[in-house]
Formats: sequence, C-alpha cells, structure tokens
Amino acid sequence: MKSFSYERATSPAAAAASVATRPGAKFLAGGTNLLDLMKLEIETPTHLVDVQDLKLDRIDATGDGGLRIGAFVSNTALSANMHVRRDYAVLSRAIQAGASGQLRNKATTAGNLLQRTRCPYFYDTNQACNKRQPGSGCAAIGGYSRQLAVIGTSDACIATYPGDMAVALRVLDATIETIDAKGQTRAIPIANFHRLPGNTPHVETALTPGELITAVTLPKPLGGTHIYRKVRDRASYAFALVSVAAVLQPDGSGRVAFGGVAPKPWRSDAADAALSQGAPAVTARAFDGAQPTTGNHFKLQLATRTLAATIAQATTSAKIS
Amino acid sequence: MSCVAVPAVGANRAAPLPPVTMKTSLTVNGKRHTVDVDTRMTLLDLLREKLQLTGTKKGCDHGHCGACTVIVNGRRINSCLSLTLQHEGDRVTTIEGLGTPNKLHPMQAAFVKHDGFQCGYCTPGQICSAVAVLDEIKAGIPSHVSVSLDAPMRLTNSELRERMSGNICRCGAYSNIAEAIAEVAGQTA
Amino acid sequence: MKFDAPAGINPIDRMAVVGRAHSRIDGPLKTTGTAPYAYERHDVAPGALYGFILGAAIAKGRIAAIDTMTALAAPGVKAVVTYKNAGPLGKGSKNTAKLLAGPEVEHYHQAVAMVIADSFEQARAAAALIDVDYVRAKGRFDLSAEVGHAPLQNDSRDKSKPPSLDRVGNFEAAFAAAPVTLDATYTTPDEAHAMMEPFATIAAWQGDKLTVWTSNQMIHWTHQDLAKTLGIPEANLRVDSPFIGGGFGGKLFLRADAVLAALGAKATGRPVKVAMARPLMFNNSTHRPATVQRIRLGAERSGKLTAIAHESTSGNLPGGTPETATAQTKLLYAGANRLIGTYLAALDLPEGNSMRAPGEASGLMALEIAMDEMAEKLGMDPVEFRIINDTQVDPEKPERKFSQRQLIRCLRDGAQRFGWSARNPRPAQQRNGHQLIGMGVAAAFRNSLNITSGARVRLGRDGVVTVETDMTDIGTGSYTIIAQTAAEMMGLPLNRVVVRLGDSAFPVSSGSGGQFGASSSTAGVYAACVKLREQVAQQLGVNSADADFVDGHVRSGNRSVPLAEAARVGELVAEDTMHWGDLDKQYQLSTFGAHFVEVAVDGFTGEIRVQRMLAVCAAGRILNPTTARSQVIGAMTMGVGGALMEELAVDTRFGFFVNHDLAGYEVPVHADIPHQEVIFLGEADDKVSPMKAKGVGELGICGVGAAVANAVYNATGVRIRNYPITLDKHLDRLPALT
Repeated sequence: MKSFSYERATSPAAAAASVATRPGAKFLAGGTNLLDLMKLEIETPTHLVDVQDLKLDRIDATGDGGLRIGAFVSNTALSANMHVRRDYAVLSRAIQAGASGQLRNKATTAGNLLQRTRCPYFYDTNQACNKRQPGSGCAAIGGYSRQLAVIGTSDACIATYPGDMAVALRVLDATIETIDAKGQTRAIPIANFHRLPGNTPHVETALTPGELITAVTLPKPLGGTHIYRKVRDRASYAFALVSVAAVLQPDGSGRVAFGGVAPKPWRSDAADAALSQGAPAVTARAFDGAQPTTGNHFKLQLATRTLAATIAQATTSAKIS
Repeated sequence: MSCVAVPAVGANRAAPLPPVTMKTSLTVNGKRHTVDVDTRMTLLDLLREKLQLTGTKKGCDHGHCGACTVIVNGRRINSCLSLTLQHEGDRVTTIEGLGTPNKLHPMQAAFVKHDGFQCGYCTPGQICSAVAVLDEIKAGIPSHVSVSLDAPMRLTNSELRERMSGNICRCGAYSNIAEAIAEVAGQTA
Repeated sequence: MKFDAPAGINPIDRMAVVGRAHSRIDGPLKTTGTAPYAYERHDVAPGALYGFILGAAIAKGRIAAIDTMTALAAPGVKAVVTYKNAGPLGKGSKNTAKLLAGPEVEHYHQAVAMVIADSFEQARAAAALIDVDYVRAKGRFDLSAEVGHAPLQNDSRDKSKPPSLDRVGNFEAAFAAAPVTLDATYTTPDEAHAMMEPFATIAAWQGDKLTVWTSNQMIHWTHQDLAKTLGIPEANLRVDSPFIGGGFGGKLFLRADAVLAALGAKATGRPVKVAMARPLMFNNSTHRPATVQRIRLGAERSGKLTAIAHESTSGNLPGGTPETATAQTKLLYAGANRLIGTYLAALDLPEGNSMRAPGEASGLMALEIAMDEMAEKLGMDPVEFRIINDTQVDPEKPERKFSQRQLIRCLRDGAQRFGWSARNPRPAQQRNGHQLIGMGVAAAFRNSLNITSGARVRLGRDGVVTVETDMTDIGTGSYTIIAQTAAEMMGLPLNRVVVRLGDSAFPVSSGSGGQFGASSSTAGVYAACVKLREQVAQQLGVNSADADFVDGHVRSGNRSVPLAEAARVGELVAEDTMHWGDLDKQYQLSTFGAHFVEVAVDGFTGEIRVQRMLAVCAAGRILNPTTARSQVIGAMTMGVGGALMEELAVDTRFGFFVNHDLAGYEVPVHADIPHQEVIFLGEADDKVSPMKAKGVGELGICGVGAAVANAVYNATGVRIRNYPITLDKHLDRLPALT
C-alpha cells in the first residue's frame, strides 16, 4: 500500500472538490473493497477523502412514493430497513445474499455499486490485465474463467461485475444521484451507470473524476413477488456463479436482472417481455449474443434453470420433470 | 527452451510519498487511546502491533476469513479492512474486552465446554462474531436464510450457520461452534 | 523404553483421566485471545522490525536482474534480503524447492526477496518497489498431458527395488475372467491446506545464537533444516512453537518465513517478524497434489472381488515425491489378484507434499466411488458389498494379521444409526419438493504409524508434574491428552499437570503429522512417567513394581504417601524416549471407519448441500472423546470441502494456481456443514502402544469425500468422477425443466 494523506470531508461538495482537484485522490466510504485493493497496489490513491461525516446515512421517502437511500447507508441498515423489506424485498434479499455479516456492516450503498471485479487476473499484479493496466492485455482470456462473464465482454476484458445489491437495483430501475466538484448534481439511471468494457475496461462507470455518489433513489414500489436467487458453490460468503433478481406479477409479467454473468447487472426489455413464456424464452433473449468460454459456458444453462427456480418459487408453475 | 523477458505488469513503481502520520483517538475495551499512526495502519494492525492486543487475529488481511472480527459501536466488522483513522471516537471491543482466562465471558465458556475450536486461531473472531450475531437477531436484522422479512427473526440453527459464515474455521469446528452459540442464546433468551 | 511386545495391563488401563471427555486445558487461553502465536511475541522480542516477502512473478526461469535500490531508499527500510546478499544457503532435507529463489526460479511465488522495515506498512510498500527482470523458461504445468507416460515409481514394500508395479496373483487374467467388471478413471485436484494462521516467524540473534518463534508442526525437522539451510550448528538454534494456528501438513516443514526472518534479523542486527501475506501462500508453499486414478475391479456375481487394480499419476517438482493415492488399496479389501501402480510426472507447479491423510484422502475419494459403482453393477447394497470383501489379513501377506479391524462393525453400526435402510438403491428417486435427496456411504481407512517420541517429566516440590516435549498442538488436543497421560500415570488430577510443548530445548517427540502424534507423543510421555515413577518409588523407599499412584498419593502395601513427598528434597526429573519394535511388521496397524452422508441437490440449479453426516470410527483407545471427536468432525468438514468445492485452479499457460486467496479458494463455511455425528467403537489395541490408542485426525477425512460423491449420485443418478463435484458438472444431466 502506497502512502496517502487522509481527510474527513465536511460536505458532499467539499468532498467532490477535494477529490477533483487533487490528482490521485479517491473517496473512502466503508473501505471494504478499496483497502483490499490498496494492499495489493491495484489501487494506489495518494489522498483519501473519508465521506463518513457527510450525513449521507439516511433512508427517506421521496415525494413520488419512492425511497431515497443515502450513499453511506450500510448494507446491513439498508437490507434491514422496514420500508425496503416491505416494498423492495428483492433489494433486501440481494444484500443479504452478499458477503458476510461483518462486511455488510461496513460496506456502503455507494461503495457497493463501485465494487470492482473479482477476476483473479485483475487481482494478481503479475498478470496482464487491461482493467488494471490499460494496454497490458487480458490473461483471463484463455485462462481460468469459471467465474467470469459470458456476455457484454470484449476482446480486452471478460471480467464480471461481482456484486448482488446492484442486480436488485437494476431490476428496480434505481437512479444514482451525484454531486461534482462544482456542486452540480445529476441523476444517472442504473442502466447507464456501469459501463461495458469495450476497449476501455478500466472505465467502469459513468462517473466523472471527483463526482461523488450522494444517494440512490428507488421509484415507487412495483408490488409483485420479489425474489433474489443466488447460486454459488458454497452455501454462503461466496460470489455468485449466477444470480437472478426478479419482481414477478401475478399475471406472469415482471422484470428480471442477472448477476454473475456480465460486466454489469444484466437486464434487457426484450427478456422482460418474454417472462410470461417461461425461463428459456427469457434467457434466450437476455443472453442473445453471449460469448462464453469453455470454462463458463455452463452459466447460460444455469441462468435459465435459476430463473426457472425463481419463477417456480413465485408461482409454483415451473417444474422439473 | 524459449526465453522471454517478462516486464512487470501493473505495479506502479513511482517513488513513494513519505509516510503520513495522523493523530486519532478511540476507545478499546473501555480504555481511551490517543495514537499517532501511519495513515495506512488498519484497525487490525493498530490493535495487534501498537496496542499489543494480539487476541484479534490476522488470517488473510483481505476480508476473506473473519479472524480479525471485532465489535465497533456494537456492530461486528473485519478490522483488517478498516483504517485506524476511520475510527475516530469509536468504541471497539476485542476478544480481550469480553473476558479473561480467569473470568470467561459466557460465550467463551460455551466455546470451551463444546470444544468449539481446535487450533484456536479463528476463535477470537468466531466469539466476537457470535456475540454480535445474537445482538443482530435480537435487533431484528434479517439474514439470507430468514424465512420471512416480515416476521420477527428467529434463532434457528440455519440462522446461526448463515450468520456465522463470515468466520472461516479450517479446523472445522463448525458443528461444535453452533452448539456453543445455541447454548448461550438459550441462556440469554 | 522400547515397545516391542503387545502391551499388558498398565497404569493407563485404569482410565481415571485418560479416555474421559475433558475440555482442552488450553481452552481458556485460546478463547480469550491470550494464547501467543508466532507473530505475537511482543513479550520475548520487543521492538522487532517487520519483514514483507516478495514472490516470483514467473513459474520457471531465472532472475536476470534484481534492483532493490528504490526499495532500500524507501522510508523506514532497513534491508532487503535477496539471493545476492543472503550468502550461501543450504537446502533443508525435507524441502524440494529452495525457499529463496535466485538466480533460478523453480515455481510461481517462490520467495525472491524480503524487505525489512520499521513498520509493516513500510515493508509492504517497499516490497512493491523491487524491480525484478525475469527470463521465463518453458515449464510443464498440465498433469493431464503427462498421464500415460509419467514414469513408474517403486510401489513395492522394498524401497531398494527399481520402479515396478506391485502385483499379487494375476490381475489381468482375473479381470478378464470376471463376470462383473469396472474400469473407470477418477481425478482429484490440487488442494490447499489453507490453515487460518499464515506462515509466521519472529527471529532474533544473540551473537551467533538464533531463536525463532515460529508456527510449525515438526520442531525437530525444522530445527535440523533451518540449521542446515543457514549453515549454523544445531546447538546454536532454538525453535519455539507453543501455539500453531492450524497446519494440516502445511507446516510440517521449514518454510520461507523462518529462513527469511533469520536472514533479515542477521542483516539488521534486530529481531525481525514476518507473516506471509495470504495471497502468496497458495503458490509459495506446499499443496496436496492432483491425481488421475484408474481403478479396475473384477468380481464374481456373488460380489466377491477377484481382481483389484489401482494406478495413480500425480506430478511434482523434480526431486519431489508422488501422492501415494494407491496406499489403502493394498489393504482395504480382499481379492486374490491385485495390481498397484504409482506414476510421477515432473511438473513445474509449486511443490506438492503432505496434506491431511496424504495418499489415503485422495485415494479413497476414487476407490470408494469405484466400490459404489461396482455395488450398483452387482445389484448389491454398497454396505454389504464392502462387508463381504472385508479382510482380516494383509491381502499381500495373508500370514500378517491386522492388529484390530472392526470395519464391518463400523459399517453395520453406522448403517443402523443413520437409517441407511431408508435409502432407495435406485438413484434419483427421492424428492423433497424440488430437491433431490441421496445417501452415500464410504469406508474410512488410514494406517496407524508410530514415530520415536521423547518427553521429560518433572515432579515439583508442590506436587505438580510438568511435562516437557517438543511435541506440538496444532489444534489436535496434544496439550490435553499429554496432560491426561501424565495425570493417569502419576495418579494426579488434570489440574496438577502442566504441559509445555513446541520448544526445541525439550526432548524430541514425534511431532504432529500422519495422525501419529497422539499415539506416539503420549507413549513418549508414558515412558518418561514410568521412569519418574521409579524415581518416586526410590525416594519413598517403596518397590515401584507394586506402588500404586492414585489420588495424589503413592500407595504400597499399607503405606500411602503424598506424591509431593517424593520431591521434598528437590525436584525429580525423568526423561525417556519411546522407541518402536517391529510389531508393525508382525501386524498391520490401521484405523477404520465408515462415513454416511445425506445430501440435497437442487433440482433446478444443481447446488449440492450436505444435510446429515455420520462417522463411525475404530481407532483403538480414544484418549479424549471430546478432542478426538473434534478431530473427526474437522476432518469430515475438510472432506466436504474436497468433495464439493476445493480446487486450486491451474493456469497451464503460466504455471500457477490462479485462485490464490481465501475468496477464490473456497473452503467450507458454517452454512455448508450440518450437525455432525461421530461414534467411536470402544477399542484398545495392545499391539500399537502402551496407550493402546491410535490416531483419528486423518481417519476422519478418509472416505468422506466419496461418501458425499456417492450421495450426490444417489440423489441425481449422475455419476461425477472428477472432484470437486460442482454443479456445472451435472447441470446438463439434471431433470429437464417443464
């Protein structure tokens, strides 16, 4: 870990200004991913701006019947919030499926959105990685890729977005609110928040330098049945092989997003529209154009079967023979 | 034999900044400490090296094992993934703050009784986590295996196992740990 | 003392302390965080500098240049140790690869340098400033590419013979003639010990004398090998390891942390402490090597095995040894015609070596699936199939009996206790909602070894007995069973015994490995206590032969004297070593068990979760049912890991284990493990030691993986022969969606 200076910001605008004006500066929220990466010098900030005093830890109702979640709200607090449990259960469940109790107590809403990939080649600084060092190549392609993405990848990167919470936020059509160094705020739909790698896998989000996430807002509740189904080898404390976030309505319509399969939470309107036709129809559309490796090809079938399990849980309609 | 010179990938070898130190204060096991630390010092290394409270263990230093679990302001965290400076004014409880060999905390006594450990290295983290887990259930915080998000949280075997899953025990004392926690929960319920 | 005839009645047989469930005497220390592990010795080495190890970035090749100037100039840095300034280093007799690379690099993450600095933060940061230019050489990294042409190893009992197959009868003819046959190949992956405490050492020199506080299972081996590596007299070295945060074979040997800490302390003239960073451990250290195992079984329609062949291929660095996955197949089942072959490929992956039950753990994962497959072909219950092929003699030397062998009882008792009769022999029949339920069984088998083991016992004026031996407690319960042994021998309650372990200044013991520790080390304590009893008797003027040591008193005839009386004029000290005769040649000494497992497989996703586990073990006298049970459940847990999730993923292009941290290398967590049940058959084996006890710490992992695998098959009807059994391997053959 390289040396860095540290400050505690006193307002969101001041925090944004501090990071924008100091080269190498970064925001520090929970730190559960950033410190992990700093120890390996995958992240090498020269200055950390701690945002814990910014009072971004509230969850409030919005005027249009939705919910506004402060950026610094912990994963535990968010998943335990009574409004979230009642109206956005898929979000509560997604968070509970991730990490461990200890990590959820520390990890924040904004930090979790910005969680970086767990690709083992990204984590090993001896290996080529375009995300870690642009232009160095991708050792994961042709390597051990069981956990990696099957769709949305490029010749430069096949890393997966590893988180659970964002998959639920995607299905809920959440919006990410930010403030920049000039005090300008904007709202970014979650669909546009995470970037596909293309030729620039090191650019992972729509955020500009110094832009600070202040909140995540949820539109008014969708009703329906909320399910987050996460599939992994061990029963807990593991990243998803495939996960499904679904909000299913009694008439068979609904929304579905997939985790563990792409560089971002994966959802498509065409796939949603096919929900009443059953899981295979949905995944045929959602994974149209997938380019799996021999090591992760199974995720396509697993996605279909996991969605079928999800639908079964909601409706008891889908079955295994 | 093919020979290829291998360039270093990824590490930024620019000359480093000199270490930055800062002062902060926090309370550990009821005792207030004011310390001058390298900004890089984690809460775990503060405890183990500076305060010489070595009961909190470093198993992986990356949040993958739970051996470093301590309780901060009533909530358990991985002290390896937290900077000391993030804890200005915080109240930290470590394994040393729960009990001593001559005056064991009920959870420590239950671990001894049920042989909920073998090598002992993950044990302080397991115990801190277990103490906090019972509080989390009492506080109604739901888990991945909670059957309902609406009903009050229940203290079942599967709840304990899920909630304790952030504490790896390679010796495999899980079955005994679950019995130790259940006993304490029964006593305090 | 030499144990060369079956044990008669002795003081241990009273079993007033031995054989009873006692909480660990080190429990209060471990549960309060006050047991000092290697890196935590602020008490003995205050003000230590911090080391941080840099690992090689390539798997094979050489260091063309190494530039430490920037690192040396970094804040707080006191020294950087590399092969260039380390001076000549030897290689430990137990090490295959060198512990400090240069100029050759033998495997990925082999240590190339250690930075020593004032603080951990400074040392870690400076390690990243070392510039190493490597010249990469072509290596062999793919075991599957070596199968079929890897050289045969010597598999006979006579190690002076050239490499050969181990044959009994005529396997080929019997296999060809058998009406029912199986020919299948199974694979097990490379596995990591992944003990919770990393390799860690504090080293301090005083003149030319070196002390290392380290984390090690085998004090004597490490004492010898560190002295040899550093080129110092053994007399100038002390190794101390009172608490070890897990080993499982990973800490049997001298490792880089101890060597580099010693070199760093020498270079700086200060104590140096180092703990290996977790991401370095998986490739830097040893692992359980992968195997490819071909098993052929031939049987009569009655189920009697007539032909058994087991051939295993593993890889290792040049100079390394094979994974002896065929070991149990020589002894587990009857059968007149047998063929055993072990092949070893040279691979340039990190060093393969012992991990909990080396040989049998991997071998039974294969053999016990094969037995399940064969039972199905025969239309027999797998429990009965094993029972009818039981043998009470060494199949290769029928005149040689097992000292004790209750495998059949383990299987029968276990089947009854587990509710085995409810198992549907047809697979994929049992449902619970969308879950597919299955039960599996496997035999457990692990040989019982004994190693020379010594101890010193002191009787203080206060009547407290202190035991000193370099034996280690790696979580096995050594402290407690040694205290129980001394308490039993001297007629004291447990709290009147103090046990001091892990110090090379103490008599050399067996150390912890090969499940020999419990039996061997307590036998050494027994021997020392016999001597102490003689001294006590002499001091008290009684005949030691008819003296009774009980309730803190020595009784002889009508006399009863407090034990402490014998030390009234001064502490009594006795030391002895247990040596072993050839009873293990006359008899086959082994431990046995049966594992029963029930799993649920999600019919949609293929996720496998273990629901119930039972082990029935026959392992001689159980010295402490509490700690022995913990050994077994721990091994069962590790076995579940091996069955369902553990795999060091090899990048065969670059030659390293890719998933080299505890997030990528998944071991079981709480949620993976149900309540586990263990039953010990009440045994006492007089051929094994005066304690009449054998080890159980490895027996528990032997066979459990196959029991899981067989349960998965029973649930799904899909036979997976490649471990770990992950959902992707059966997903395409699970029931179709409707």
